[in-house]
Amino acid sequence: MQQSACRGAARWWRVASIALVAIALIGCQKQVAGDHPECIAPAKPGGGYDLTCRLLANGLQQTGLMQTPMVVSYMPGGIGAVAYNHVNATRDHDGDLVVAASTGAAVNLALGKFGSYDADAVRWLGAFAADYGVLVVAADSPYKDLSDLVAALKKDPGSVVAGAGGSIGSQDWMKIALVAKRAAGVAPKDLRFVSYEGGGEAMGSLLGHHIDVFTGDASEMAGHIGSGKIRVLAILSGQRLGGVYSEIPTAKEQGYDIEWPTWRGFYMGPNVTDTAYQTWVARLKKLVATDQFKTMRTQQGLFPEARFGADFDEYVVNQAHEFEALARQVGLK
Amino acid sequence: MFDFMIHGFDVALTPLNLGLALCGAVLGTFFGALPGIGPINGIAILMPLAYTLGLPAESALILLAGIYTGAEYGGRMSSILLNVPGDAGAVMTTLDGHPLAKKGLAGPALGLSAVASFVGATIAIIGLTLFAPLLARVAVMFGPAEFFALMVFAFASMSVMMGHDPLKTGIAAVLGVMIAMIGVDSSTGVLRYTFDMPELYDGIDFVVLIIGLFAVSEILLMLEQAARHGVTEMPAVGRVFVKFKEVIACRGAILRSGFMGFLIGTLPGTGASVASAVAYTTEKRINDRDNTFGEGDMRGLAAPEAANNASAVGSFVPLLTLGIPGSGTTAVLLGALMLYNITPGPMMFSERPEVAGGLIASLYIGNVVLLLLNLPLAGLFAKVLTIPRWVLVPFVALLAFVGVYQLHSDPIAIYTMLAVGVFGYVLRKFGFSLAPVILGYVLGGLAEVNLRRALAISGGSPDVLWASGISIGLYIAAVALLVAPWLLARYWRRPRASKAASAS
Repeated sequence: MQQSACRGAARWWRVASIALVAIALIGCQKQVAGDHPECIAPAKPGGGYDLTCRLLANGLQQTGLMQTPMVVSYMPGGIGAVAYNHVNATRDHDGDLVVAASTGAAVNLALGKFGSYDADAVRWLGAFAADYGVLVVAADSPYKDLSDLVAALKKDPGSVVAGAGGSIGSQDWMKIALVAKRAAGVAPKDLRFVSYEGGGEAMGSLLGHHIDVFTGDASEMAGHIGSGKIRVLAILSGQRLGGVYSEIPTAKEQGYDIEWPTWRGFYMGPNVTDTAYQTWVARLKKLVATDQFKTMRTQQGLFPEARFGADFDEYVVNQAHEFEALARQVGLK
Repeated sequence: MFDFMIHGFDVALTPLNLGLALCGAVLGTFFGALPGIGPINGIAILMPLAYTLGLPAESALILLAGIYTGAEYGGRMSSILLNVPGDAGAVMTTLDGHPLAKKGLAGPALGLSAVASFVGATIAIIGLTLFAPLLARVAVMFGPAEFFALMVFAFASMSVMMGHDPLKTGIAAVLGVMIAMIGVDSSTGVLRYTFDMPELYDGIDFVVLIIGLFAVSEILLMLEQAARHGVTEMPAVGRVFVKFKEVIACRGAILRSGFMGFLIGTLPGTGASVASAVAYTTEKRINDRDNTFGEGDMRGLAAPEAANNASAVGSFVPLLTLGIPGSGTTAVLLGALMLYNITPGPMMFSERPEVAGGLIASLYIGNVVLLLLNLPLAGLFAKVLTIPRWVLVPFVALLAFVGVYQLHSDPIAIYTMLAVGVFGYVLRKFGFSLAPVILGYVLGGLAEVNLRRALAISGGSPDVLWASGISIGLYIAAVALLVAPWLLARYWRRPRASKAASAS
């Protein structure tokens, strides 16, 4: 009896030591958070915000702009709402903390989805990469270019089924809503729109002909262009993009004034010191100028963007107001 | 045609890659075994490490794929030993796995489930090698309407779990569906049951739900027992290894579940939890003549384990051929590949054959490694049960708390977990079983989302639901599942000796 109790204790130590290693593995990121710069990805691991933080952390490390490695932590909830509230309520003056954000955050702020805080509740730091909206159809679709799609929408807005990884009111929906409103002159609420869990599922539904148009981002299309299975009707950028995208016309070229750039950037708490804020601004400016960072950004399928400091802060606050007006225009508010 | 596989084995058999496959398998087993971490988070945590180490793309992918498949092996351990599922795919494993451990058969249960996992994964890897492009074409035929039909089928197959108290099973499933409703409505963005708390916008996280329901409620039950009449310990660990005869007795269950799990895994959006649920209920329907399922039937353990491993491999089919992640974990892998400037998709087999081939070859190797690792270790892990339960379960729960806090950076997640635990305790005190709650949560959520999508496509007309042959076939199968047992019992009852296999 006693012997078995003894053996049990030995096992317990073995298991305990294994478990400690495991805790150390998952916990090490957390423990060092105190005196290290930190990037919060306001989502689950592996998503776009995670990649945004990684791009910053890897970029700063590889270019040697920061000696201490940056910690990436996760705070999922309400497409960024939880993190936005958290930074405002508890970490409002942490000068070592940046939070990943994108145009989607501005859309949600405009729609009042970030709780009681609005767009000027935080200090917008800067944007260092961009993506552009795309309108994609299957290769055998009857829509050969954007004007075919616009004509179909004009005739019957309910005849076209669009889908993407966002809900109605999200930025993916805004893309097709703008086409309906500005190009076809029909009410966006008459559209048929299907929301998926992420762009991947929506793409699958497009390939299976369950939806007619996928309103995703250019970076998601890199592996599909040239496969012969899809056709990108238009890129919603100001000018043509390079590389594999060089053959794809913009909406502007086709005569429709529709752009949908998606910036990827960061904000900081509302009460961080000017010194801390300006240090980060300077750091980001240096980062985007390096060739290493440019290569890394291209590898992630993203495009150049550089807007920092007060300029960026003003840009985001204005964007949120524009979106609010747009939301009213397309019947969301 | 299979040049890429020869090339792939060349890549996978280099010492570095072989070592990484081993390393991934071991780490993955631990990530899967520790509730609250699981494959998604394991990969997300190690992804930056692989990148920082400067591993080439195929090596990094081999490491990460090893973690993924390893986690599916590891998930079964805490299910069997503690009645706490290690990850989403291991919920069904608790149903017969834990009763086996209670009988003192933890060792054989771990051994058998390792073999079942191996066979299930092997079936799936062969399927992936031979039929990936073909299956990918079938997978995209599953639109929202077909997924809804698949969920109806899955609910119908759950009816077999009604057992002696259909009402309570039904209520438990409905509770699960209700929990799935919490959060931002995915099609309109409307908030449901969130009480203006941003923490609830994304709903109740799966890990929070299973740790709360299973682990926290277990601790509460134990506390209550201890207060009344001291803690009851698990029986001494008896025999350590599984007998060959026992494995053979489960062959039908393993093979069927392997195929089924693979096919369900290839469909984007359904994962190991759906695969293991359908496999378990199918086997229960086919084999459970003496009501041994749920009491520690080895076939009831082998089926979900074969299925969840096969489904994990199956989710690589849409990822590698279409660039569409078939599961949450492959979505994270997709992100990892993007860091290496590789975009999986139709072009990958021709443009980067060393990555596609190397990955598939490493799945073969990793799977063998995992079997070799898990068979002899079964005895060792079974001995974990010699640790008093009042130490073990709280310790595992503590690990889960750390894991969950790490992923949410927010104490609200922990409070939610505790609240769910009290809820689970109350359910168990009233004699409800917990698996239907989880199934209701998973299947109900998927059913709702896909029904809404199908109706969004059709503009509200329900005709879309039975517009395709696949949907109609699934509805017919669902009706058959509900009616057949009754018909069989009535018109075609013939006595049949149950073929060994039951564990007692």
